[in-house]
Amino acid sequence: MIRDITIGQYYQTESPVHRLDPRVKLLGTLLFIITLFLYKNPAGYALGIVFLLAVIKTSRVPIRFITKGLKGILVVLLLTVIINLFLTPGTELVSFWKFTITYEGIGVALTMLFRLTMLIMGSSIVTLTTTPNNLTDGLEKGLGFLKIFRGPVGDVAMMMSIALRFIPILMEETDRIMKAQLARGADFESGNIVKKAKALVPVLVPLFVSAFRRAGDLAMAMEARCYRGGDGRTKMKPLIYKKRDAIAYIILFSFVILSVWIGRWQVISEFFNSLYLRFILK
Amino acid sequence: MPLILDHVSQVYNPDTETPVRALDDVSLVLPEGQFIGIIGHTGSGKSTLVQHLNGLMMPTEGNVYYNGKDIADKDFNKKELRKHVGLVFQYPEHQLFETDVFADVCFGPKNMGLTKKEAELAAFDALRKVDFPNDLYYASVFELSGGQKRRAAIAGVLAMKPDFLVLDEPTAGLDPVGRYEILDMVSALHKESGMTIILVSHSMEDVAKYVERVIVMDRGKVAYDDTPREVFTHGEELEAMGLGIPESTRIARMLKDKGINVDPDVLTVTEAADSIYAAVTGNNK
Amino acid sequence: MDIVKAENVVFEYIRRDEEGNPTDVTTALDHVSIDVRQGEFIGILGHNGSGKSTFAKHLNAILYPTEGTIYVGGMNTKDDDKLWDVRSCAGMVFQNPDNQIIGQVVEEDVGFGPENLGVPTKEIWERVEESLRAVGMLEYRKKSPNKLSGGQKQRVSIAGVLAMHPKCIVLDEPTAMLDPSGRKEVVRAIRGLNDVEKMTVILITHYMDEVVHADRIFVMDKGRVVMQGTPKEVFSDVPTLEKLRLDVPGPTRIAWELKKKGLPLPDGILTAEELVKEIEKCR
Repeated sequence: MIRDITIGQYYQTESPVHRLDPRVKLLGTLLFIITLFLYKNPAGYALGIVFLLAVIKTSRVPIRFITKGLKGILVVLLLTVIINLFLTPGTELVSFWKFTITYEGIGVALTMLFRLTMLIMGSSIVTLTTTPNNLTDGLEKGLGFLKIFRGPVGDVAMMMSIALRFIPILMEETDRIMKAQLARGADFESGNIVKKAKALVPVLVPLFVSAFRRAGDLAMAMEARCYRGGDGRTKMKPLIYKKRDAIAYIILFSFVILSVWIGRWQVISEFFNSLYLRFILK
Repeated sequence: MPLILDHVSQVYNPDTETPVRALDDVSLVLPEGQFIGIIGHTGSGKSTLVQHLNGLMMPTEGNVYYNGKDIADKDFNKKELRKHVGLVFQYPEHQLFETDVFADVCFGPKNMGLTKKEAELAAFDALRKVDFPNDLYYASVFELSGGQKRRAAIAGVLAMKPDFLVLDEPTAGLDPVGRYEILDMVSALHKESGMTIILVSHSMEDVAKYVERVIVMDRGKVAYDDTPREVFTHGEELEAMGLGIPESTRIARMLKDKGINVDPDVLTVTEAADSIYAAVTGNNK
Repeated sequence: MDIVKAENVVFEYIRRDEEGNPTDVTTALDHVSIDVRQGEFIGILGHNGSGKSTFAKHLNAILYPTEGTIYVGGMNTKDDDKLWDVRSCAGMVFQNPDNQIIGQVVEEDVGFGPENLGVPTKEIWERVEESLRAVGMLEYRKKSPNKLSGGQKQRVSIAGVLAMHPKCIVLDEPTAMLDPSGRKEVVRAIRGLNDVEKMTVILITHYMDEVVHADRIFVMDKGRVVMQGTPKEVFSDVPTLEKLRLDVPGPTRIAWELKKKGLPLPDGILTAEELVKEIEKCR
């Protein structure tokens, strides 16, 4: 179960998406997420889905690998859907006991489900197709302007890259620790939430101990290899925009403009709607 | 109560183009009272195999029976199985979590539903059985040496009073003296209590000296299942599996090939030295 | 020239209670003097806790001597200005392969050291390629380290150090966490570095069979150097080695037993082949 979480993992293969400059991918993800909140009609959704599927297809990452990542946050997704389903006021569809489902509720729940799913899938594409080193390089350069304000961009980028590298290792370790404790009769499944939380102590203690030891070892190994912060470092793979990145930017911006154009009608009509409502309410 | 594996297979990623058969049609009978070694190099399936013995992993094909019952049955009590089949993993650090050794050893018996008093008695008994130093019972688990951690981890499982004790690479990372101390302790445990001990290892030397039965795993299959002497007659095949035979045996065979009349089935340094000495002085006469 | 020169090095750990008052002093290194010449293969043996890893950390200026001095490439490790020169002169490989690989792609990890040294991009690529080739891992350059075996990961770690072009490479129990085949492949890679690349190697281990081909061996116990010499000299004293909790190679032990029984075998037999040859002579 714990291995199903694919966020933060790198999927090794050769594809045009893999070869893109990480800055393109990062900006692309940001813009993609923004567009998700622009449109509120089926045409917009369809555009978003088509765009995402096209990117996934080009990336040569099996779609099953990406959807597997959703399993990890299934609880969050369901919770969002349920909350929106029951707590949105509006025209009543059905009502039982204290709960009421409204037409608006269904609409909002579906919209949220769509947005979250797309958001997770969209952002996992970046990590799946970009090595953490590359990703942090992208962040480092993309956020380079913060250096003017003395932001430790290089160090933060290095921290992120290391965190990403150790996620799979620590997950595997969690799995092994859980098995070791299961073999001693630990029970992670039965009981109420307090009992379940307590049952995790035998897993968390060894996990933290090991994580701290790893951190100490790693710091020593990095120092031994002359790491002394971001200053004075050179890059094995410096970021240089290529022709394909320009093409990607063109595609990306066309998609954004198209999204705005499709979404605009809805946004504008809602704007008038809200004005109208306010006017009536007055 | 014997453990029986009946045509057990474990397939990872069955739906993909590259399914991995971590276990491939393994059938074994593990009776009570034996001292068994499971040998194989990394990736041979030996660690996967032992996780089937206490229900941490369930076979994707075939069945595992304990006490005549299929452990995959809905009403089968896995927690009860884990009490009878104790499994100690390779890294003791993965299991020790309490503030002191004694409290940690009590964790298993408490999970088995024993009262505090009973659990403490079981813990004392287990720590004594593994020759844990008396003055360290209440020491922090972080202050222990590698060998002591190993003993504490074994005691933690032993305190559940299992019928089977499965030890996954119990000597990894220890120095030679520490290695033999642990193995001698395990061997004594076997003699005194008569429980079945299953020793998982990649070291032929370790296994040859102690066990009565060797199960050699290779690419998910049982390659050999016999007495050490019998298994080590397959020197070349073992070499091909990345295992090799004990060095003493190898040297005896090399001498035999040179026409010196040495017993080619010796297992330990002492046996080899005795046999070589007898052969050489005999030849001199 | 001596690459490493340790003169009467003492290192003490001071334990403190909760208020920070010293309660106990542990002497981890007790007047250790070791010198290593260019191109040598040096083995440092000792059981867990003998002080050998503490010594290794001194060579890389991770720890500093309480007394005495250590010169690495002619530089005093206590000299703060030379810290990074010392570290790039004596490259260090640690025990746990998972805790020293920083990159998520093999080649990026090997490039990490040169990047830190400010090596120009083009040269980094050349160094990465030559280092991976030296340890036989070139074909894995695009792989994720998580997908490699323990032995392969350790070879990547060695390549990562090689790419910094050190004058000597210090390996602190690089095989302790590996299985026998992993151990073999790492030891083969290390010997290759010394034989082919003429790299000065300091191998710290508790497996004696890994250092039978070393030029010189130092055996440590309780923070002191208790034996030193060529492998043949050191390995001829089996009882002392066993008392020091070391793993004496099988052939050496059999030879020792036979000698005790009265067979006229020479001292310091290290390999099975040697033993067989000598026994044949006894007939």
